[in-house]
Amino acid sequence: MTKHSGVVHQTETSAALPGDLPAVAAYGLRVVRGRHTVLQDVSFTVPRGCIVGLLGPSGCGKTTLLRSVVGVQQTTAGHVQVLGYAAGAPQLRTRVGYVTQAPSVYADLTVLENLRYFAAALGMRGWRREDAVVRVVKEVDLASYADKLVARLSGGQYSRVSLAVALLNKPDLLVMDEPTVGLDPMVRRELWLVFQRLAEEGTTLLISSHVMDEADRCDRLLLMRSGRLLAGADRETLLEHTGCDDVEEAFMHLVQAASDAEERARRRAAEQSLLPALPGFLDQGGAPEAERTYFAADTAR
Amino acid sequence: MSGVRLAERLPFSPTITGATAVRVLQQISRDKGSTALLLAIPCMLMVLLKLMFHDSEATFERVGPQVFGIFPVIVMYLVASVSTLRERTTGTAERLLTMPVRRLDIVLGYSLAFAFLALLQAVLSTLLSIGPLGLDIKGPAYLLMVIAMLGALLGLALGLLVSAFARNEFQAVQFLPAGVLPQFLVCGLFVPRDEMYGALSAVAKAMPMTYAVQAAGEAATHTGVTGLFVRDALLILGCVVLVLVASATTLKR
Repeated sequence: MTKHSGVVHQTETSAALPGDLPAVAAYGLRVVRGRHTVLQDVSFTVPRGCIVGLLGPSGCGKTTLLRSVVGVQQTTAGHVQVLGYAAGAPQLRTRVGYVTQAPSVYADLTVLENLRYFAAALGMRGWRREDAVVRVVKEVDLASYADKLVARLSGGQYSRVSLAVALLNKPDLLVMDEPTVGLDPMVRRELWLVFQRLAEEGTTLLISSHVMDEADRCDRLLLMRSGRLLAGADRETLLEHTGCDDVEEAFMHLVQAASDAEERARRRAAEQSLLPALPGFLDQGGAPEAERTYFAADTAR
Repeated sequence: MSGVRLAERLPFSPTITGATAVRVLQQISRDKGSTALLLAIPCMLMVLLKLMFHDSEATFERVGPQVFGIFPVIVMYLVASVSTLRERTTGTAERLLTMPVRRLDIVLGYSLAFAFLALLQAVLSTLLSIGPLGLDIKGPAYLLMVIAMLGALLGLALGLLVSAFARNEFQAVQFLPAGVLPQFLVCGLFVPRDEMYGALSAVAKAMPMTYAVQAAGEAATHTGVTGLFVRDALLILGCVVLVLVASATTLKR
C-alpha cells in the first residue's frame, strides 16, 4: 500500500484478488447439537501463511470449530469461507489437510502402505504418488519406521504418520486438532519445527491446543471458552491489551472480563428489560479484515 | 480424450476404488487368523453337515446345496460389518471423505475386496463338497459357486449397511440374530415354504436369502441352468445393489 495526500491507495495486488483473501474467514458461526449450543456466533479470520493457534480449555468447542472449517460439521447458522470457497467445497478437497485429534490412519498397515493408500485417495498415481510418499516420510522424519506397522509405533510416531498423510498433497491450509497432546517435550519441539518450516514455505496452519504455552509459537491466537471466541489477535496485542505477562494469564483475564460483561448485561437487561448489548468489534479503520483484532469484551485496563 | 471423460462421469473413481480394495485386502491379510477362519468355516460346516447326515444320504443331498446360500451370508456379514464399522469409528472414513474420495469409492472398494475373498471361499467349499464329501447335484457344479458368491455379496452388503446403524462392534454382532437369523429360519431349509402360514410365507418371499436357497435347490434338482435359477440370481443381485446404494448414502460428510 502507498499513501498519497492522506488518501489510502491500494496497489494492484489488492484485497480483491484471491491471493489476498484470508485463508479462513468465518462469520457468525453457530453450531447447536440437541439443546446444547456448541459454538455461539463465532467470527474470525486466519491470514495466509501464518500459524494460528486456537486455544481454550478441553470441551470449549475447538474440535467443532475446526470441523466446521474442514466442512465435516453441520452448522446451524453462519458461513465459513476457506481459500475463497465455502468450507467443504469440492475444490478444497486437495487443498486442505485435516489432522484429527485421534490419529486417523490404519493401525494394521505399515507407514508406507498407509501413505500410498491415502495418496491414491487424493487422486495421485504412479511416480507422483511415490514422490509424494517419499517427500512426506522425509518431512516428518519417519524413514526408519517406514516399513513398520503403525500399531507398533509410539504415540509420537503414530501422530506423525497422521500428519504425514495430511502433508501428501502439499495443502495450502493445514487444520490440526491438538497435534501435540500427550507427546513428550522433545517430540513436541520437533513437531513445532516442522510446523514453522511449513509456514515459512507458505502453508497456513490452524492448530488447536489446550496448552497455553504453545501460544508462544503462534503468529496469531484465537482464544475460546465455552463456545465463544474471547479474542482474536496476535500475541503482542493480546498481552498489551490485557496488560498481562503471558497468554495463560491473559486468558484468565479475558474469561473474567467476559463473565463480568455478561453479568452486567444480564443485570441491565433485567433492570430495563432491554436486549443485552455486548461490546462488539473494535473498529480499526483501514486495517484489512484479516489483521483486525477482536476482543469479545472490552478489557483494557 | 473420451477415456478421461468417461472416468469423470462415473459416480466413482476406478483408481481410488481399486486402491481401496487393495488396502482392505492388505489389512485382512495381516490378520492371518481371520483370513483362515473366513476361508475354513464354511468348509468346516460342510464337513459337520456330512457327518450329521451320514445315515441319510438323501437329506444331505437336499440340505447340502441349500446351505451354500446361507453360510456365506453369515460369515461375510460378520467380517464386513465389523471391518467397515472400524473404519467409521477410527475416523479414517471421515478423513477419506475430506479428500476427493466419493462414497461409492469406499463402498465399491470394500465390495471388490470381499467379493475376492468370497470367490476363494466359494471355490474352496465347492471343491470340498463335490469332491471328498461326495455331494451330488444334477446341475453343473459351478452353479454352487455362483450361489455361494451371491450369498457372500448379500452378506457383505447387509454388513456394510448395518455398520451405519451400529455404534460399536458389539451392536454389529447383535444385529446378526436380528437381521440374518430370521431369514435363515424362514428361507425354506427347515420347513418348505408352501407349508408355512400365509403371512410367514409372504415374509419369506420378501427376504433375499430365500432366493439364494431356492436357486440352490434349482441347481440341485435340474440339469442345466433353469429360468427360475436365473431369476433368483438376478433378484439377489438387485437386492445387493440396492443395499449397497443404501449403505453408500449412510456415509455422510
